[in-house]
Parts: sequence; C-alpha cells; structure tokens
Amino acid sequence: MSKSPAPKPVGELSYEAAFAELESIVAVLEEGGKPLEESMKLFERAQSLAKRCSELLEEADLKVRQLSGEELTGFEGEE
Amino acid sequence: MSQPTLFASVQWTVTALTRHLRGVLESDPALQDVWVTGEISNLSRPTSGHLYFTLKDAGASLRCVMWKTDAARMKLALQDGLAVEAHGRITIYEPAGQYQLVADLIRPTGEGALYQEFLRLKAVLEAEGLFDPERKRPIPELPRRIGIVTSPSGAALRDMLDTIRRRYPLADVVLAPSPVQGVDAPAALVAGLRGLNRLVRPDVILLARGGGSIEDLWAFNDELVVRAVAESEAPVISGVGHETDFTLCDFAADLRAPTPTAAAELATPITLIDLSAGLANYQSRIANAIVSLINQNQIEVSNLETRLRYFSPARRIQTDRQRLDDLARRALTGLVHRAALESTRLKGLARRLEALSPLAVLERGYALVTRAADGGLVTRVAEARAGASLRVRVSDGQFGVTVAKPKSVEEA
Repeated sequence: MSKSPAPKPVGELSYEAAFAELESIVAVLEEGGKPLEESMKLFERAQSLAKRCSELLEEADLKVRQLSGEELTGFEGEE
Repeated sequence: MSQPTLFASVQWTVTALTRHLRGVLESDPALQDVWVTGEISNLSRPTSGHLYFTLKDAGASLRCVMWKTDAARMKLALQDGLAVEAHGRITIYEPAGQYQLVADLIRPTGEGALYQEFLRLKAVLEAEGLFDPERKRPIPELPRRIGIVTSPSGAALRDMLDTIRRRYPLADVVLAPSPVQGVDAPAALVAGLRGLNRLVRPDVILLARGGGSIEDLWAFNDELVVRAVAESEAPVISGVGHETDFTLCDFAADLRAPTPTAAAELATPITLIDLSAGLANYQSRIANAIVSLINQNQIEVSNLETRLRYFSPARRIQTDRQRLDDLARRALTGLVHRAALESTRLKGLARRLEALSPLAVLERGYALVTRAADGGLVTRVAEARAGASLRVRVSDGQFGVTVAKPKSVEEA
C-alpha cells in the first residue's frame, strides 16, 4: 500500500477493499520500522477498517437478482 | 447308448455336486460380468431389504436377486412388467439348486444406448482436451458475485441460496433461470452460461440441478452445454444430481460438486465465521504490534531521559551553586584576612597620627595662643597688643590672659 494522497474514507470501502487494506497494514506494523506517529495513524486506520469489516459482516444480507434477457431484475421466486 | 455302471462307488453328494457346478459358473469370467435384458416379474421386496425377481423374455426366465446395499442405491422404481437391463454375476443358490443372477445395477432398457452415446461424446471431448486438468481454474475464495444457472423453481436453487446466505451473505447472486430438463434445456443452459459471462462477469458460476433419473440429467451431457462450460470465462462448479451421478459437465467444470448444496459450499470456501475469526486475529496482531512499538519507544525515551538528565540545567545550576558557595567561602576568607591586615595598619597609623597631634605637643609644655576676639592664632609679638584678650590652650584646658608688655626677641 504505497501512500496514496488521501485514503478513501473507511465508511465507503467494500468488505474486500477494507480487508485487503487491513491485511497490508498488519504486515507493515508487524514488520516495524515505521515512525511512531505514522504507526499510530496506521493503527487507528486499521482499527476503523476492522470495525468496518465487522459491521459489514454483521449487516451482510444476500442480494439475489435474476438475469432476464439482457437485464438484471430482482428475483422474487424464493419462498 | 451305454448302460450306467450300476455298482460303481458313489462319487458325489448333492451338496458336492452343486458346489462343483457353482464353481464352474463362478470361474467363468464371462458369467461374472453380464448385462441381461428382460422383463421384470415376480418382484418381491421382503423386510430384509433384498430384492427378488425374475427376468424373463419370450423363451426363458432367470431368477435374480439384488442385495440390500445395491437395492438401496437404485433410483429406478422397479415394478413387474418393466423392461430393464440388469448387470451382475451368475451363481447358484445351493439350497434350491437354482442358478441365479446376483444383480448390482438395473436400468431401464434404452439407457444402455444413452450410455454408449455418453461414452462416445466423452471420448471426443476428452481428446479435444476439454477435460484436461490444466484447464481447471482455481475457485476464488471470496466471490463478490456468484452466478447460478438452474431452474428458478427447483429445490436445488433454494438449497444453494440457503447455503450461500448462511455461509457468505456478502456475495451477490445472479440467477440465470433455465429449464434443466427437456428439449429446451440445453439451449437455455448455454444461454444462461454465456449471458452471465457477458453481462454479469461473476467470479464463479454454479451449474446445478437436483437429483433425477439419468434421462432427467441428460441435458448436462449435451455437447453444446459441455462446451459452454469449458468456454466459460468464470470458473464453473457443477453440482448435478446426486453423489453417484456423473455428467459430462462435471468433467468440463473447473470443480465438480456431488450436489447443488455442495456446489454452493465449494463456491464459498471462506465463511462468515472464518472471516470473523480472521478479523479478530488481525485485530489482536495489530494491537500487539502497536503495544510492542510503544514499549520499544518508551524504553528509548527513558534511555534518552537518563542521558538527558546528565546535561539538564538543574544539574548545571546545582554545579554552579556549589562553585558559587566555594567562591564565596574563598572570598570571605580573603576578606577576613584583609580586614585583619587593615586593622593592624590602621592601629599603626593611629599611633603615628597621635604622635603628630598638637595636643601631644601641649603635653610637652607648649601652649596654643589665640585671640579671644576672632580666634586667630597668635604666632608673633606684633599680633599681641597690650591690653588685648587672648586665650591660652594647654594640654588639659584653656584660660584667658591680658597682654601686659609685648616685646619682640630683638628688643629683649
């Protein structure tokens, strides 16, 4: 994760994106060698990423759609 | 025609003879792997679970038995009058002295032809490399979008959706509804596979249908469907029928699942529970990393503090104060010394001063004469007129006098 000028707000990240970033921060922090202040920022970011992931996991609700010809429509046939 | 030998010794018991005949039949490989066609009659299914029936055609009949374990695996509902093809081995039931077929597989007549077609097509596609292991692609661990090609009304779809919802509800599912049996099925299955790839670009596609007879599953052996599976951009997991059913789609798919539910499980290899555990693990690893970083920094800081204390102004002040005290002490000592010296000198001076004092002269008998009128010192006769009042100062006091006969030294 090279420094992007303005990281995306955590609340806008998909689960995959949040998890991938969390994963890379863990690697950076475990490797060590970053200045404390930067590490603390990474830590805070990682915490909100983890929180975001947990929330997404808790809220997750399977979305089912149906391919009708060339179009995606809602699928009501479950029940 | 020869006469039997009447008095020869008995060579066989019935049991021995029957056993011998059984051995003859069972040692003939051709009789141990036979397909027999015929019509079922005298079907009986006692509580033991074994199946007993007779296969017959216009000219003969054959006793058959199917043991419980094989009977339980059979999907075909047997009934008297059904034309079937039975596979098994020929043996003799010794107690009855009756030869019989021990069947392990029974299928409707005509299915054999289907199977031949299955084998032919399989060989063709295999030769083309459609089933090569190198073609198999890995199934993504965290699918964002899962395509499903199956019947919208079947239990298979419900099972798959339930499974995905339970295991990995983060995924989006797009269903390409398609009949899964009948003449329209192959074309619809192909359209579903292609449509999903072109319009939805799913991470993985489930091609599934629930169990059924081999004819029911036949669309999944259709050449066009099998080719569409092989051509799919997204990896395909097939889950057709039951565990024992193999279709050509299973061979072409990137992964074969024994059932639709199993296909949904294979499409979601990582579940919510795994993810939560992984998250917790990451959280604790991050906390550990940061705690150890902070500890390390604290140690460095306290090391620096120790070193800094040595150079601190407080310490400097202390040192300076000490030096100051030292200087003060030394200054004072000097001063006292000096004062003593001065005092000695002072005493000497005082003594010398005393020697110079006019009073000392007066002690020696001299007097000091001043005019009473203006206090001026009288040092010459001319200054003392007769009758003038003068004051005479001697060593212990003074007194007044009046001038009587002033006379200069020359005159005297």
